[in-house]
Amino acid sequence: MGEVKLLGGLGFSPYVNRVEMALKLKGVEYEPIAEDVKNKSPLLLQHNPVHKKVPVLIHNGKGIAESLIIVEYIDQVWQEGPPILPKDPYQRAMTRFWAKFIDEKCIIATWKACCSTGEEQEKSKEESMEALKFLEDEIKGKKFFGGENIGFVDIAANFIGYWLPIISEVKGVQLITEEKFPNLWRWMNDYCNDNFVKGILPSKDALVERFKSK
Amino acid sequence: MAVKVLDFWASPYGVRVRVALAEKGVSYESQEEDLFGGKSDLLLQSNPIYGKVPVLLHDDKPVLESSNIVYYIDETWPSPHLMPASSYGRSRARFWTDFIDKKVYDVGRNIWMGKGAEVEAAKDEFIDVLKKLEGALGDREYYGGDQFGFLDIIFVSLSCWFPTYEKYGGFKVEEETPKIAAWLKKCYKRETVAKSMPDCQKVIEFVGMMRKMHGIE
Repeated sequence: MGEVKLLGGLGFSPYVNRVEMALKLKGVEYEPIAEDVKNKSPLLLQHNPVHKKVPVLIHNGKGIAESLIIVEYIDQVWQEGPPILPKDPYQRAMTRFWAKFIDEKCIIATWKACCSTGEEQEKSKEESMEALKFLEDEIKGKKFFGGENIGFVDIAANFIGYWLPIISEVKGVQLITEEKFPNLWRWMNDYCNDNFVKGILPSKDALVERFKSK
Repeated sequence: MAVKVLDFWASPYGVRVRVALAEKGVSYESQEEDLFGGKSDLLLQSNPIYGKVPVLLHDDKPVLESSNIVYYIDETWPSPHLMPASSYGRSRARFWTDFIDKKVYDVGRNIWMGKGAEVEAAKDEFIDVLKKLEGALGDREYYGGDQFGFLDIIFVSLSCWFPTYEKYGGFKVEEETPKIAAWLKKCYKRETVAKSMPDCQKVIEFVGMMRKMHGIE
């Protein structure tokens, strides 16, 4: 199926991790290439001249950028592995909607709720609570957002499932608790303890060290 | 198999849905929403998170977000194909759709909502965005290649607001990005586009009203 390279960071980016998850789910062999975001390589600048960001997947010499676009590309090209997006057009539309919601409404708000200060932090906390309530309702009655198996939205929610609780702990800002969001809490535990997911997530200690210094 | 679209006449995002359905020859009922007077219960129930138009209802099931709706339309009514055939081509279409969604309307809005130096900065940013999109077009007839396709629909829909940005930003799309201007002329000749776009002059008047509402003029 051709040569696959993944331009990634030094192992901590949830966006790169999404692509790693998709590649491993499909059993695709690839060459990971570390990228120093403070000193961007010519390869990165060549294949993502618009945003100059990781992750970038290079397949047969052609670059694909933006994590969720890459995941969808992987799902289309490697059809033999388990499906990441549903086949039904309506289910696909809902799946894409929730993945975008997580990117636009959940990640930035929860990050700022933990890492900013003062008024910005208070505002972000409120926005986070509102956004997380919608996710809480969406996961009700389902093991994963993708149903019985991990799917596109679960991959998109990797920050919520794994990075956020670590950042919360480091910064002392609790957002997702069992009392406030019992369904999301349960999903987080199932997700992080899933054998497949566990094997792909970066080490907790390494992430703690990284966020302590931010 | 009833199709209904909750829309607003000036919404560039609504235009996308109109063009896509017209390209597929799908008939539908259009419901005009009063975004200022009071959104309908149907809109608020169908899109509880954002409360925004457009919304496509297919047998009462809501599909949200204009790019998402166009993907859905293309997958549900496969002929004629709007998305490119190759996986790589599709990823390029999705990439530029994402770029257009994040940049064009919001930066344009900074032009007509901005005050003083903000306007000049927004104009420069907007022209930079257009130049990137001009680069993506290259020497092709359309973003879809030889045929008008998905990305053409995604981008052309936003152009009904370009005269507004030109007026308040003091620039001309034709001078800054002539290839885009030429591509637009080609698209406007297409019946599905011509009948779906609002009157640009009416959009300018509408924006004038919004500026007054926000105390900018």
